[in-house]
Amino acid sequence: MRNWFNRQNIVSLLGIVLLYGVIQGLIVLDIMPPFYKLTLIQICIYIILATSLNLINGITGQFSIGHAGFMAIGAYISAIVTAIQHGPLALGLLAGAIAAALAGLLVGLPTLRLNGDYLAIATLGFGEIVRIIFLNTDYVGGAAGFTLPSTITWTWAFGLMAVSVVLMKNFVGSTHGRACISIRENEIAAESMGVNTTKYKVIAFTMGAFFAGLAGGIYANYFYIIQPMTFNFILSFNILVMIVLGGLGSMTGGILGAIVMTLASALLAGVPEWRNVITAVLLVLMMIFRPTGIMGTKEFSLNFLGKKSEKNAASKN
Amino acid sequence: MGSSITQQIFQQLVNGLSLGSIYALIALGYTMVYGIVKLINFAHGDVMMVGAYSGWFAITVLHWSFLPALLFSMVACALLGVVIERIAYKPLRNASRIAALITAIGVSLFLEYGGMLLVTAQVRTYPPVFPETMYSIHGVIFKYGDIVMLLTSVILMALLHFTVQYTKMGKAMRAVSFDKDAALLMGINTNNIISFTFAIGSALAAAAGVLMGVYFNTIDPLMGMIPGLKAFVAAVLGGIGIIPGAMVGGLMLGLIESIVSGLGASTWRDAVAFLILILVLIIKPSGLFGKNVREKV
Repeated sequence: MRNWFNRQNIVSLLGIVLLYGVIQGLIVLDIMPPFYKLTLIQICIYIILATSLNLINGITGQFSIGHAGFMAIGAYISAIVTAIQHGPLALGLLAGAIAAALAGLLVGLPTLRLNGDYLAIATLGFGEIVRIIFLNTDYVGGAAGFTLPSTITWTWAFGLMAVSVVLMKNFVGSTHGRACISIRENEIAAESMGVNTTKYKVIAFTMGAFFAGLAGGIYANYFYIIQPMTFNFILSFNILVMIVLGGLGSMTGGILGAIVMTLASALLAGVPEWRNVITAVLLVLMMIFRPTGIMGTKEFSLNFLGKKSEKNAASKN
Repeated sequence: MGSSITQQIFQQLVNGLSLGSIYALIALGYTMVYGIVKLINFAHGDVMMVGAYSGWFAITVLHWSFLPALLFSMVACALLGVVIERIAYKPLRNASRIAALITAIGVSLFLEYGGMLLVTAQVRTYPPVFPETMYSIHGVIFKYGDIVMLLTSVILMALLHFTVQYTKMGKAMRAVSFDKDAALLMGINTNNIISFTFAIGSALAAAAGVLMGVYFNTIDPLMGMIPGLKAFVAAVLGGIGIIPGAMVGGLMLGLIESIVSGLGASTWRDAVAFLILILVLIIKPSGLFGKNVREKV
């Protein structure tokens, strides 16, 4: 049996708890300005979104640009559960994520036969259809959207983010994750090696949709109001920019991209008209000069901490 | 009662053809570019927006009439198309298709929000360029504008067809789209041909932009997004890369949309267009006019 309490895991866990504790402390002591708190929670939401899109686009090598659609499903379903049906927050988030996953399964099964450009366009079309459905549903307020209480705290946002990232990271490291990577590297070769490519593509797609729905739920229950306009394809593009910037196929890269882009847009909040122009120029320059993003497919890891203990374990055997 | 329903149907057909001819013009640019460099030029809808603005500029600021304004915006956008291709797409010609697609998205965002910086997000009204004359044939109303639009589109499409089928440049274009490397070996300057394709496609988009401005009266920097996507749907419907396919696909999409609006579900119009897209992609990805290509290992 593997030893879960190796040095890397302990250091990661300590890091996560420390980060949470410090920020929670600042919030409780009222030192943290509200705008900073907002940005931090936004970062958590975008990290979940970016990592889940990375699972589809970076790890499995498919090309989905309809992520805002899954996020919208999660946001609306969870908002209906918590605000209209007065259910508990946890149930709302879970319902939203499951609904998004089901939608992912439903869309993924037929469309994942397509590849490259065609899949991209199909997912884009799906995202728009979802938005238009909510736009035309009076139950959820149509174009005006509806308001709901803000119940998400830093603890919820950070906790869910950490759990999601760990789950997705472990998925990538597992047998299934490796199968997904083999599809990205060479679909035909993977298939001839006995990898059920359709199955793994659908798994990755559904998982990505699940976490996008979760992020949508967090978004809806934090920002007081949800409107169909929020979930247009510009949002999908923004998430795409994050993972492209960080490095398609690198989980830590996606996280880095989400942090950088959210901070950048918070810094540029005073000049919103420049924000999108800068994003666009950055995207084009990135593709021309460093198409692999900041991290490429490399991961930032704490492996250097584990070397000694692994050696010890090896010599004992 | 029966005659009024027929009238309604014919009225929707007229509206559908007008709208469809705009979609067809935009779809042609998509299809030509895709046929030659295998790139979904996401920025194409925004080139149309730039065309609408240059036409607006020519009409309201320079006080030109419709035809010179149309030509002015076509030339301006042809240049823009060539510049975009040289700066953004050419360095990526041998990169992965996903990288090129992401670049196209970047260019699209740049045109939209750069345009917003330049001309502000304010909605502008197109001046009436056509007389408000209406022709009524058995109760079906044709506006003067409808007729000019259809005529302009048909003339432009005929010109395009002639260029592609019967000129030396068109022959070279077809050769490059068939096999770029072989065309290069035969002494065709592929770079020039690709630029030429972008120029023609963008000029057609500009014409569509001016027509759209005239048709809907208002223009804004984000006007290119949805029509751009829908024109892409039209291109896919007809079979992407196939020029007659784009024309037929555009007209069909216009007709379908006006039928959906005529049935009183105009808010669902966009959803129907995207649903068609997904259905076409699932059932026959090569489109109505496309041939099935087998995957080779």
